[in-house]
Amino acid sequence: MKYLRRFLARLTNFITGRQSDQRLREEMEEHITLQTAENLRAGMSAVEARRQAILRFGGVGTIREEYHAEQGLPFFENLIQDLRFALRMLAKSPAFAAIAILTMALGIGATTAIFSLVNATLLHPLRYPHPEELVRIEDDLPGAGVTDAGISIPEWKDLQRSGIFQYVGLQIFGSVNLTGAGQPSRVQYEGVSPGYFAMLGVKPELGHTFDPQDQTPGFTLEVVIADGLWKRGFGSDPHIVGRSLRGDNDLYRVIGVMPPGFHDPGRTVGERNTELWAATGFSGDPAPPPNRSLRVPLETVGRLKPGLTVAAAQSQLDALVASLRKQFPDDYPADSKWTVRLVPLKENVVGNVRQPLILLLGAVALVLLIGCVNVANLLLARASARSREMAVRQALGAARKRLVRQLLTESLLLSLLGGVAGLVILFCMKGFLLRLIPESMPRLNDLSINWTVMVFALAASIAAGVIFGLAPAKQAGRLNLANTLRVEGRGSKGSTEQTRTRRVLVVTEFALSLVLMVAAGLLLRSFWDLYKAPLGFNPQHVMSVQLWLPSPNDPKTDIYGTAAQEAVFARELLRRSRLLPGVQEAALGSEPSIPLHHDRNRSALIVEGRQTQSKQTPLVERSQVAPEYFHLLEIPLLRGRLFNDRDDENAPLVAVINQAMAETYWRGEDPLGKRLKLGRGRAGVGQRASKTWIMIVGVVADARTESLANASVPQIYLSLYQETPKELAIFLRGDLNASAIPEEVRAMVQSVDPELPVYGAQTLDDAVSASLEQRRFSMDIVGAFAVTALLLAALGIYGVISYIVSERTRDIGIRLALGAQRGKIMAMVLRQGLGLAMAGAALGLVGSVIVSHLMAGLLYGVSPTDLLTFVGVTLVLTAVALAACYVPARRAMRVDPLVALRYE
Amino acid sequence: MKQKTDVPQGTLALMVLRTLDVLGPQHGYGIARRIEQISGDLLAVNQGTLYPVLLRLEQEGAVASDWGASENNRRARFYRLTQAGRKQLQAETRNWEQTTALVTRFFEVKAEDLQ
Repeated sequence: MKYLRRFLARLTNFITGRQSDQRLREEMEEHITLQTAENLRAGMSAVEARRQAILRFGGVGTIREEYHAEQGLPFFENLIQDLRFALRMLAKSPAFAAIAILTMALGIGATTAIFSLVNATLLHPLRYPHPEELVRIEDDLPGAGVTDAGISIPEWKDLQRSGIFQYVGLQIFGSVNLTGAGQPSRVQYEGVSPGYFAMLGVKPELGHTFDPQDQTPGFTLEVVIADGLWKRGFGSDPHIVGRSLRGDNDLYRVIGVMPPGFHDPGRTVGERNTELWAATGFSGDPAPPPNRSLRVPLETVGRLKPGLTVAAAQSQLDALVASLRKQFPDDYPADSKWTVRLVPLKENVVGNVRQPLILLLGAVALVLLIGCVNVANLLLARASARSREMAVRQALGAARKRLVRQLLTESLLLSLLGGVAGLVILFCMKGFLLRLIPESMPRLNDLSINWTVMVFALAASIAAGVIFGLAPAKQAGRLNLANTLRVEGRGSKGSTEQTRTRRVLVVTEFALSLVLMVAAGLLLRSFWDLYKAPLGFNPQHVMSVQLWLPSPNDPKTDIYGTAAQEAVFARELLRRSRLLPGVQEAALGSEPSIPLHHDRNRSALIVEGRQTQSKQTPLVERSQVAPEYFHLLEIPLLRGRLFNDRDDENAPLVAVINQAMAETYWRGEDPLGKRLKLGRGRAGVGQRASKTWIMIVGVVADARTESLANASVPQIYLSLYQETPKELAIFLRGDLNASAIPEEVRAMVQSVDPELPVYGAQTLDDAVSASLEQRRFSMDIVGAFAVTALLLAALGIYGVISYIVSERTRDIGIRLALGAQRGKIMAMVLRQGLGLAMAGAALGLVGSVIVSHLMAGLLYGVSPTDLLTFVGVTLVLTAVALAACYVPARRAMRVDPLVALRYE
Repeated sequence: MKQKTDVPQGTLALMVLRTLDVLGPQHGYGIARRIEQISGDLLAVNQGTLYPVLLRLEQEGAVASDWGASENNRRARFYRLTQAGRKQLQAETRNWEQTTALVTRFFEVKAEDLQ
């Protein structure tokens, strides 16, 4: 209480500027008069009495200072004084101020930009209440070598009852043909269990979400739509709730609209951009009847009971799994080793971008640090010019602490101005920067410069200011008064200690730059290797366009329900596709057959005559293609035959596999003629394949159609006319007009069936480069940072060498006068620069080895200690250092001995 | 140069409060003299250091001050204890007594007492 009163009184004085001496002076006067009177009474002479009184009173200066300090807030008073002084100093040397502020602005701006990305993706990826309670639940069958194998409906109910979760939600992602809202369109759709939204804890902006108590086994025929779809498809109709729409020809009633900015917690961009949600119990049509051993490819997400940690929940879950395995030994054979794994939902969403983002943050932090070192160098150079000023002020009685404080205030002012400028630049370039970010970054839409980011920028500025202000401030604190004043009088500059500090700074700069350049070099090599990797298929002059055949909940209303019905449509589509302008070849496939399409379509594999894995089986990537597919993509046949037009619904089922699958399952055997069965894929696709045996008739070469980085993913192809997919892709090869094709194909498809949406037109070249997008992003940015760092380091070494040369002008003059050769002088200077660069490079190489091992996961086809990169980068760095030293070295060589000596 | 740190920080404030408590309103010089008298000139206080302490106590609300007339009819600033100051003095006196009692006990203790 009394502290508060004291503070308030001081604050009032400080703000009103009431700092009057008046009262103290009067009291002093009174005090001394009284004391003098008493001294007189004691018998002193008048003069002596007053003198003694003044002596007893004590040092007036100190007392007055104390009194002042007590009256106001000295900390802030000094700060304001220092700030004023600092501003005057900066205004006096505008060039220096501009360079320093600009360097800081770039450093802090870039760091803040990267941080805002990290903040939106890594730190706050989930915008749901209590995100830490949300977990992804994945079933693994380590015995069969399968992770995330899907869940069976009875298991889902077991989890619900386990007492570990508040709720367990199921998700199935897919597309739906939306009609009844303008153009037929394909909408990213998600089937969820009824309590899904209640579990996420997000309320709709209009209407309501599903009733968590709903027990309908199949679809409830109620949908919730996203804000985007509401605006786009329904013109923001305020009476949307209760309106109907058709999804895959089924009539659904809209019951709610989710708020803008709501995203589904998915793994891919498509999943996160879900726009239509329908509730289902996953136990009735079109889902198969529940069966404990039937794993369905669903995603499972749960909300833990409040206060339960993931680790505690996991151990409870392990106990549950153990008891279920005991209870149902037939469904959980011991050799499959069924386990259930909890992954925090946050990890699941951001998992694959964590490493690149941390790399970026690290890289930008290094750039900022190098920027700081550069400014520190500048400040040191200035400090030497100001050392006389400092010495004089000390001689006049300024405390060292005060001087150091004043210098730190100057640095902080510089860095804060830099920070503000950086934020301003960031705000101005926001739109441009957002476009650089790959679409596949999770939570892209929420990227903003919010308070967290601002606080970060402020903290970064202060940290930077302290870092680059320390060296000059420390030096001012250690100034040797007598020497400085004497030396200054002679007109020479600086001290050996200062030169040493500056050398250390330059070495640091080079070390940091080398680390960045090695990182950039390794990323570049990975990117290049990946870019140059033989694809195994030819993407040139190929386009793919997608369409989706409706799959209504009642199979009887499905006009593409049987293979025969769809085959007729598919053949007609192919015939008309070939007639499109420029088309030389056309083929059809299912959506997963599109090269580098990030869509998993894995099916359980049952090989005839192999009982080892019983019901729990491995999964393979499966797609359906028309006979022309392999020729169009130029994937060569290795053995057996490809599909032909006679492989239709009436013929026995056949399959073509790739080399990787042959080696995985039939190593040392001939796969041709072997028979297998495939489990059902998603959305009820693959009915026949799960009932009858499929014979392998051909083996094709591996192609990087699943992942650019992995050439040997086991894949199986079925004949499109035998296993008809709902998600179709049309492939066209020829001399195509990429901008006209989407409309031409739409018109062509809708001339066959006007209800069908056509979407996703792309050239395969674009698909290939899009799958390199994230790597390209990391590489570009780290590369840009590395170049910046190199430039800053070059500037730094230039500054130091110039400084050394100017300091040694006299020395050089004497040498020249004594007959030294000019070439030798130049070599001497260059050697100095080289020495610094080498010391920096040596340190940097050590750092690089550590960093490159940390980023090993981001590399492809290049070892973290790639000799070529390390040597190449070191050479580049050395060359740049020599180039930067060349200018001052030439100046040294041209020193005129007469002028140099006279100057001294 | 004698520093006021010769007197422990806070002790001087306590002495001021106690002096005002015993003698009633006093001007600065009076307080200084009283403290010197009581301490038997043992405390070599620069008299002037009293004034920042007085200002601080006033800002804390422990004392209040007014202009008045001194014994020889000169204008002088008189300090008096406020209600809050009295409470503070009581609390600090208690504290002080406890501390000294504790320290005294430690000084009195002998090795055999701890056997």
